[in-house]
Amino acid sequence: MEVMDLSPDERRIAEGAEGPAKAMSMRLVAETGRLLGAPRLLTVASAHVDGCLYHGDSGTHFAERLAADRGRVAVPTTLNVGALDMLHPDRVKGDAHHREMAGRMMRAYEQLGCRPTWTCAPYQAGHRPALGTDVAWGESNAVAFCNSVLGARTNRYGDFLDIACALVGRAPDYGLHRKENRRATVIVDTSGLSPALRDADVFYPVLGTWLGAVIGSEIAAITGLPPGQNEDRLKALGAAAASAGAVGLFHVVGSTPEAPTLAAATQGGTARTIRLTPEMIRAARDRLSTASEGAIDCIALGSPHFSEGEMSELRRLAAGRRFRMPVYVCTRRDLVEKSDLSDLEDAGAVIVADTCVVVTPILPDTGGTLMTNSGKFAHYGPANLGYDVVYGSLADCVETAVEGRLLRAEALWR
Amino acid sequence: MTALSGEMLVAGKGTGTILRVDHALSFWGGVDPKTARITDPRHPRHNECLTGRVVALAELRGSSSSSAVLLELIHAKIAPAAILLRDTDAILALGALVAREMGYGDLAMLKMSRDDFALLVEGRHAHVEGPRVVLD
Repeated sequence: MEVMDLSPDERRIAEGAEGPAKAMSMRLVAETGRLLGAPRLLTVASAHVDGCLYHGDSGTHFAERLAADRGRVAVPTTLNVGALDMLHPDRVKGDAHHREMAGRMMRAYEQLGCRPTWTCAPYQAGHRPALGTDVAWGESNAVAFCNSVLGARTNRYGDFLDIACALVGRAPDYGLHRKENRRATVIVDTSGLSPALRDADVFYPVLGTWLGAVIGSEIAAITGLPPGQNEDRLKALGAAAASAGAVGLFHVVGSTPEAPTLAAATQGGTARTIRLTPEMIRAARDRLSTASEGAIDCIALGSPHFSEGEMSELRRLAAGRRFRMPVYVCTRRDLVEKSDLSDLEDAGAVIVADTCVVVTPILPDTGGTLMTNSGKFAHYGPANLGYDVVYGSLADCVETAVEGRLLRAEALWR
Repeated sequence: MTALSGEMLVAGKGTGTILRVDHALSFWGGVDPKTARITDPRHPRHNECLTGRVVALAELRGSSSSSAVLLELIHAKIAPAAILLRDTDAILALGALVAREMGYGDLAMLKMSRDDFALLVEGRHAHVEGPRVVLD
């Protein structure tokens, strides 16, 4: 701790003056700051915690230790998904031990004073820090959205550091908290792609997949997209980018707040340019599927959690028709609580709240092939579920579900 | 015998043969916390088991839950003997830091220079202690 310049107050907390939960949290925050080379800590205005998802008993024990030590968050804090759907308790299979420990973990985080939002799209559930605000967020898609679309400032806080930052209201002063580290160093020019593709929802997870795989933790300024891109597209882009690589921030010129112009995104500095070709984008699209034909067993939608707009689009595309296979729609509990989704459920949709199908056992464990419009589901499906994956647009997913066989529009990609 | 020195991210010691992972790996969604095996079928080291190995990891990617998976491996006593990184990764280090706070044990984690990282070849025996790595 001696190498990090802690304030007298921070030092006092680390030594236990405000109890063992805050002391352990301050040590974790300071130790992480030390290994990242941060000169000091800064105060944060809010936190979003990803550590509340059960991966094994150790995470439950950690949260319960903080709760037993009377830990309490110092700043407004939202919770990412847990491993249970508490609105539909039968949704999650899992054995008794899994359910017990996952539930204990979720309760411990609530005891710490976190808001039980249980969503990976907290930014669509009202948690929207202002441009330039320092915050401490976890979960890769939430971090990418927070930095890129809201223009608030966070690093990619891993599980445990997120709650530690929330308990002490501090984070290491380094990385994306500093304006100079937020400038784009690579320009990704999409103008060589067809205008129709650039204006199609199905393009954005593919672009994100390319960005994550090729650009990784570098910061890109994407040019050539129609200005004023909607949040759901930017959310899909960021989620795919942050699953395919360590992307914490990207700029879309004309759409994201730190990139009204290319010069603003690069902060007037130099940047190399990559011109995207249709071949590069087709290769990224192919990476998202592990199957291209055969039977489809189910559809998985909502990673990140479906918004009101995406739910309406699903309803419009389904047009009152029945699905011949389960269509899992993962979404926020506040959206489920305030909307009437019975028409979609009657059509064969299975609404999942508080969690999602790649983080906890919901799908039949028989294996098979799932179809999705989410880059993130496509990325994690094979390893986490043992399912093959076919990536397609939301319209492709709906038509496949209605007809009971794989249908995918290819014209845009040629 | 070759003696190398790295930047100590988390103090500890361990001995084992090197498992070299050049392709970017996410612990969450890439490593099974129950078996310590690489589960991502698209990863070139698919099915390799991390337990007891000195894992040389060129690049981490993706999930911020990788710290939770590493903590679980340490708690279940199926963790790597040590982890040698080419770049500092705060998310992975956090799993080891929390393990220490929780009294589960110490997992050595070092950041190596690019030149030294290149010497960490698959199957070579390595002893890691503090900032030092000794290759047989």
